[in-house]
Amino acid sequence: MSEIIIEAGRAEKNYWGDLWRYRELFIILAWRDLSVRYKQTIIGILWAILRPFLTMIVFTIIFSKIAKLPSDGNAPYALMVFAAMLPWSLFANALSESSNSLIDNTNLISKVYFPRMIMPAATVITALVDFLISLVVLIGMMLYYKFAPGLQILLLPLFIAIALLASLGPGLWITALNVKYRDFRYIIPFVVQFGLYVSPVGFSSKVVPEQWRLLYSLNPMVGVIDGFRWCILGSESPLYLPGFLLSLTIIIFFLWLGVSRFRRMENTFADII
Amino acid sequence: MSDIVIKAENLGKKYIIGHQTERVSYLALRDVWMQNARTLWSKTKDLATGKPIIQGDTTEEVWALKDVSFEIHRGEAVGIIGRNGAGKSTLLKVLSRITEPSAGRVTIDERVASLLEVGTGFHPELTGRENIYLNGTILGMTRKEIKRKFDEIVAFAEVEKYLDTPVKRYSSGMYVRLAFAVAAHLEPEILVVDEVLAVGDAAFQKKCLGKMGDVAKEGRTVLFVSHNMAAVQQLCQSGMVLNEGKVNFQGDIGSTINHYIQDVKTVQMVNLAERRDRKGSQWLKFTGVGFFNAGGNEQQQVISGQDVFIRFYYTSERFVRDATVNIAFNVRSSQGYLLTNLNSLDVNRSTMYLHPKGFFQCSWPRFNLRSGSYDCALFCAVNGDIVDWLQSAFTIHVEDGDFFNTGRIINREQGDVLVSYDWTSHHIEV
Repeated sequence: MSEIIIEAGRAEKNYWGDLWRYRELFIILAWRDLSVRYKQTIIGILWAILRPFLTMIVFTIIFSKIAKLPSDGNAPYALMVFAAMLPWSLFANALSESSNSLIDNTNLISKVYFPRMIMPAATVITALVDFLISLVVLIGMMLYYKFAPGLQILLLPLFIAIALLASLGPGLWITALNVKYRDFRYIIPFVVQFGLYVSPVGFSSKVVPEQWRLLYSLNPMVGVIDGFRWCILGSESPLYLPGFLLSLTIIIFFLWLGVSRFRRMENTFADII
Repeated sequence: MSDIVIKAENLGKKYIIGHQTERVSYLALRDVWMQNARTLWSKTKDLATGKPIIQGDTTEEVWALKDVSFEIHRGEAVGIIGRNGAGKSTLLKVLSRITEPSAGRVTIDERVASLLEVGTGFHPELTGRENIYLNGTILGMTRKEIKRKFDEIVAFAEVEKYLDTPVKRYSSGMYVRLAFAVAAHLEPEILVVDEVLAVGDAAFQKKCLGKMGDVAKEGRTVLFVSHNMAAVQQLCQSGMVLNEGKVNFQGDIGSTINHYIQDVKTVQMVNLAERRDRKGSQWLKFTGVGFFNAGGNEQQQVISGQDVFIRFYYTSERFVRDATVNIAFNVRSSQGYLLTNLNSLDVNRSTMYLHPKGFFQCSWPRFNLRSGSYDCALFCAVNGDIVDWLQSAFTIHVEDGDFFNTGRIINREQGDVLVSYDWTSHHIEV
């Protein structure tokens, strides 16, 4: 028999336990988003592949052929771009999906109880699946360029996790603010578009002058993208450790910020949504 | 079997609302910033840290629930009744943890499932089968449980043939049956149910009531909110009346319903001036609704077959000549069906004067609804601008009367609506 006490301002002691108890809901919501997504779009899976692939082609032409920027070591430029395109799309999709998750599910929020964090977390899964699909393209490209990765490719899941956490932090914060101020939904497309250019997606972060590199790593995606490139391209793209650690710190900070803000606002969602 | 499973102590729920502002369902950051230019910095800080920002010059606390205390024993089926805005839904939301109380506490001993709506989370693109799993999980069933009850649910909803069709292709009846079937197979220790029976056709409603009666008989605890007194009486052994956020009466179901009916009868003219849950630009506001007979006397109840004059009192900040006024009200049956809409456009009576204080009068000759309570929404637009709009603005309480002038009272056994008709017999030449 589990006794529940409902009280004003009572911090849910077993909140994290509750998250675990509601894991089936998490799974089914993620599954719902996925299955609706692939039912509604005609080209479905193809779309997940085409978008990053076409962007990669454009970036390769602009940054390599026109701007004549150098690649990392001897790695093919297209491969270097795509190795960054993957985590960037993952981050951008996860951020967009999660920050709209609560207002897209107004009905659930106002009619059923569950730990609200499940909602943004479940939407991130859709982005992850898109990512896994476009990973196939990466494998194809590596075969095409006859580029064999080193052992560090085994660390890729770790960096995938970091990319997801990087998007979840701001995602949680913005989705909570979105409940009250719908203006925040306009911020995300801007952040995503802007971020694509200020993050080292179309170019290598090594083109940034040495004395600015640490500062550049204040952008958390710099660390994530560098990490991905290191995993995929290996010694051609060595990891700049101080920068990576700084990015990681920023990511953890945003995650803490997102979670704590979300938790604080969570109890009032049903009243104001 | 008399141990307490739900114990509420001095429960309160407060909403803070701001005045002097446009009422929109959500705020735009732009508006907040424009109006609070002076305190921009502190507001921005509050916003970023997630503190509530109340829009308006003055704020006011409204207690949707106040000092609510009660105990519910295991296996009891309790009906919660009260007028619109009495706090019933807020109470259910607090009990089902959707919203947090502002004061007091509730101790709940068992697994609670709440049913504030059927079909929560149904997705039109997904098939019936998929929606059963989705909705079941949302309502708190485990995958195993759903699997076990799957066939039963499908049979109850009578949708076997359409299991793999997206529910967007379902008829509304099928949709509701499926939604209810999932809900009806919940087996929590405590079930909290809001007005969900107001759906589906009469036969299906009866089936649902039966199913819920079974749940109550199995020794589960049921909390049931409804406007349908017959359903409450059938399902519950005890009840409580909520009025303006307070528990007005608690007792066995018969005396609770009596108390409620008495309570309704003593209500004078419907007062709308204090209502907050309104939409529109609000320069014209409804303040009250009154029912009058042909002799100009105010009445509490309307009698079928008599001429009724309904007055909608208002105050207006503007004096307008020859305004195009669309004033309208909806009439819903106790089952929630929209019966009719009476508006000034359809009858070409939309050109009116607006006075600082006045009333619109709607005459309804030979009132043709049978006995019961009808829930009405009230709406007014002036020159295309929605000025005031209230859901559940007032209730028409109807007593059966001599509609056909036959000297007999026509009772409500057969539906809600009365129409003028006649019968004759004819013979056909062979």
